[in-house]
Amino acid sequence: MAVWYSLLLVLGMSLFVYLGAGLLGLQAIFGIVVPYAAILVFLIGFSMRILGWARSPVPFRIPTTAGQQKSLGWIKPSKVDSPYTTWGVVGRMAMEVLLFRSLFRNTKAELTEGKLAYGSSKWLWLFGILFHYTFLTIVIRHLRFFTEPVPFFVQALDRVDGMLQIGSPVIYQTDVILVAALLFLLIRRLVNPQMRYLSLPADYFPLFLILGIALTGIMMRYFAVFKVDLLSVKVLAMGLATFNPTIPEGIGVMFYIHLFLFSALLAYFPFSKLMHLGGVFLSPTRNLPNDSRMARHVNPWNAPVKVHTYEHYEDDFREKMIEADLPVEKQA
Amino acid sequence: MYNAGKIIPGLLIFLGLVTFPFWSNLGRAYDVPELVMPEAEEECVLAGDWMRANHMILLDDWRDLAVRDNKRLFTNDAGKRFDMSLTKTCLSSQCHANKDTFCDRCHDALAITPNCWDCHVVPTIGEE
Amino acid sequence: MSQAPKPEELLRVSHIPPKKDWMDPRVDLVPGTWGYPGKASSLETLGLPNPREWNPTDEDWKLPPNWKEIIHEGLKERLEKYRSLKIFLDICVRCGACADKCHFFIGSGDPKNMPVLRAELLRSIYRQDFTMAGKILGTFAGGRELTEDVIKEWFYYFHQCTECRRCSLYCPYGIDTAEVTIIVRELLNLIGVNIDWILGAAANCYRTGNHLGLEPHTFKGNIEYLVDDIEEYVGVRLNPTFNRKGAEVLFIAPSGDVFADPGIFTYMGYLMLFEHIGLDYTISTYASEGGNFGLFTSQETMKRLNSKMYAEAKRLGVKWILGGECGHMWRVLHQYMDTMNGPADFLEVPKSPITGTVFDNAKSTKMVHIVEFMADLIHHGKLKLNPSRNDYLRTTWHDSCNVSRGMGMFEEPRYVLKSVCNNFFEMPENTIREQTFCCGGGTGLNAGEFEYLRMMGGMPRAFAVKHVQEKHGVNRLVNVCALDRAILPPLMDYWAPEVSVSGLTELVANALVMEGEHDRLTDLRGEDIPGMEGDE
Repeated sequence: MAVWYSLLLVLGMSLFVYLGAGLLGLQAIFGIVVPYAAILVFLIGFSMRILGWARSPVPFRIPTTAGQQKSLGWIKPSKVDSPYTTWGVVGRMAMEVLLFRSLFRNTKAELTEGKLAYGSSKWLWLFGILFHYTFLTIVIRHLRFFTEPVPFFVQALDRVDGMLQIGSPVIYQTDVILVAALLFLLIRRLVNPQMRYLSLPADYFPLFLILGIALTGIMMRYFAVFKVDLLSVKVLAMGLATFNPTIPEGIGVMFYIHLFLFSALLAYFPFSKLMHLGGVFLSPTRNLPNDSRMARHVNPWNAPVKVHTYEHYEDDFREKMIEADLPVEKQA
Repeated sequence: MYNAGKIIPGLLIFLGLVTFPFWSNLGRAYDVPELVMPEAEEECVLAGDWMRANHMILLDDWRDLAVRDNKRLFTNDAGKRFDMSLTKTCLSSQCHANKDTFCDRCHDALAITPNCWDCHVVPTIGEE
Repeated sequence: MSQAPKPEELLRVSHIPPKKDWMDPRVDLVPGTWGYPGKASSLETLGLPNPREWNPTDEDWKLPPNWKEIIHEGLKERLEKYRSLKIFLDICVRCGACADKCHFFIGSGDPKNMPVLRAELLRSIYRQDFTMAGKILGTFAGGRELTEDVIKEWFYYFHQCTECRRCSLYCPYGIDTAEVTIIVRELLNLIGVNIDWILGAAANCYRTGNHLGLEPHTFKGNIEYLVDDIEEYVGVRLNPTFNRKGAEVLFIAPSGDVFADPGIFTYMGYLMLFEHIGLDYTISTYASEGGNFGLFTSQETMKRLNSKMYAEAKRLGVKWILGGECGHMWRVLHQYMDTMNGPADFLEVPKSPITGTVFDNAKSTKMVHIVEFMADLIHHGKLKLNPSRNDYLRTTWHDSCNVSRGMGMFEEPRYVLKSVCNNFFEMPENTIREQTFCCGGGTGLNAGEFEYLRMMGGMPRAFAVKHVQEKHGVNRLVNVCALDRAILPPLMDYWAPEVSVSGLTELVANALVMEGEHDRLTDLRGEDIPGMEGDE
């Protein structure tokens, strides 16, 4: 059910734009109002979430140690997996954020014929990292619509991405990989019984949404019937970027669907699991050094508690202690 | 607010990156590139609107037909015939003789580097 | 072994989820997989809310009338106190990488034992009550209503997590189910839902200082029995001191080592080691428990129990504290103690009086792990060892979860073990070091009534042992945790018979050549050492 709801939602949104921007001619709504609103929601919502997290302290230093601690001088410590310096933590976080280090450890446990085996299982890591990097590349590539002149790094990225020079316009490798990775992530949720059991609409929806964004973009680029005049698109985009919005004539409805779905992604972002983008940086099991015994970590709400003091203890057991030749503070 | 010293700068960097299109264009207006249209010819081989979005497909077809099948004659909907040639038809002196003021204006604006010129020589204006 | 079915039956576990949606909170309390409730007297000793007689199998759990409000406010307060909780509830993408990393899921096949779903049990309530999407969209946004059935479900599944943190190692965001379990158990304790094996132990620790409730004279007496045993098997009479002011070092071990087989052999090892090097140390009857059952109850209880260590060190005027072989004890000491009850500015930076090594890694907390201490001694050649006395043992090393993923102590114990024993074999790499598997009974799940659960949860660990047993003839599973020493022996009997269990210091002491010793014909267990009978 979760799958169908999510798919229908994305299809419904597309139909909505088709009616609004295509048939009713409300391009100004879908080309100006919606994108601006989505960007605002994204920027404010994202900031609020981060600040909301920052409002709670990290009371204890609880890194998950994944390597040898620093102890005796002659034992080689694991500087990144069990970091004890700031640079070690920076290294660990960089590995985590840029290379998905923890996911790379993934194994698959299988119980067959009375034996438990752990196979290396890197598919999730591979398609996960492919998805994220191709999506990032595609977002950066879109800067050609928002900049004038187009910066060198965007041009270079564009050229590298179309390096294979297949077709005209040339096929971007990232388009193909992004869709393949999304399909992997989607099919994995549907085929693996455990994944299917635990997946929520909130898991399928972003997948379908991004898939929708990717497919509308691909249709516009590669399929004659859906093609739009890119110069007009740039005029619209630059209008938004320079706060001087205009709606050029004759941009096909496919573009408005593409733009709307992306706006929906932006607006949905701060309220969803997609906030892992910001959250991963704040995860206390990763971003803290394993130096709890070297340097004291302060808990701002550390409050006094009722304890059973030694004096109280001795009062409870004094006679028995004296009888057992245990030293006492006060004689009976 | 805890660890503000790290979280706030981090957040600001992120906001800075994602709002790049806005602040990098501050105080600028976008001049839509103007294409210099042919004076002599009124009509393109196919409808102008269609050509704006799809010319690369037509040119690709022409290339394949000419180079691989040795077919060099193109007939449009109106029955008019053209030589399937980028240089001799499209870029002829009657039409888009100046690549700089026609092709490149859009291509540059959109960071497109078509591979036409890997083989074709850019005609110099006033030749022929 | 009455509760747990035979190993062959347990092996037929299916990992295919049931038809029933996980959002349905109703649980079947499978016998052998849940604990008896905390006794009213224990709760009263600790001053915890809602002490009463109740039974999990009853329909009515006698919750306070405003229990829903208590849980809601409790969760709100903890969201404000713990960034970890907020982040872990907000950013999980349910990628499922953690699913088959949990020993309880591997062993039981119950989908709610997948760490991701275990956390969802709380996350769904959080979404419904604390997030905008959940308030508006309810179930569609993954929200669930908080009902008594949810409380029962929490009771069941958050006492099927041993806070071993294995899932957090594989999570791309470091989401740590241990944190979630800790918080949910805190919430449950707010309305008096808890288990006896934890609460009874915590109450005992609070009152007498150790979890079995041994009063000072009994505690001392127990150690004196061990001294007698040492005299018999080794031929040396030791005189440990208790509550002695002015000693250089305060030694605190998990109290399980004082009275339970095979932990007692480890304790004998501690005593012999200290004698061998002439350490000026004392043992406290007040701070007589290294383990901390507060960790399984609430942060506050943890702090209350832990406070005794620094308080006693200060009262006795020692320079620093040495801690025995224990797992979760060291999670608390390494990651919580200094923050909760420090700063320990009345102590000195630990310095080994024998080697002169300064333990800079403990310069703030001022507490050193005995394995770190022993590794340093051996490295400096300060121990006279005869490893051949351990030749009858073919050992493997079980990395205990807490000192692995909560401390990072991997090389020290291996160095010590290899120094005192000639036969050492590693288990498969996916089951050791940071990837190590829990024994299946940490965090207070060692009660008799949890036996079935432990046999399931301990399966991955046991299978790894069985592997080296078949491949290398391993017959001794060595570890550094008191709960392991209690939990692994029956687990081995069940899955890998003929493998015995011991602490590391026991093997060190076996190999230790004591001054004035007689011929060592037996090990510390009083069993003949094969090959030593006629040895001269």
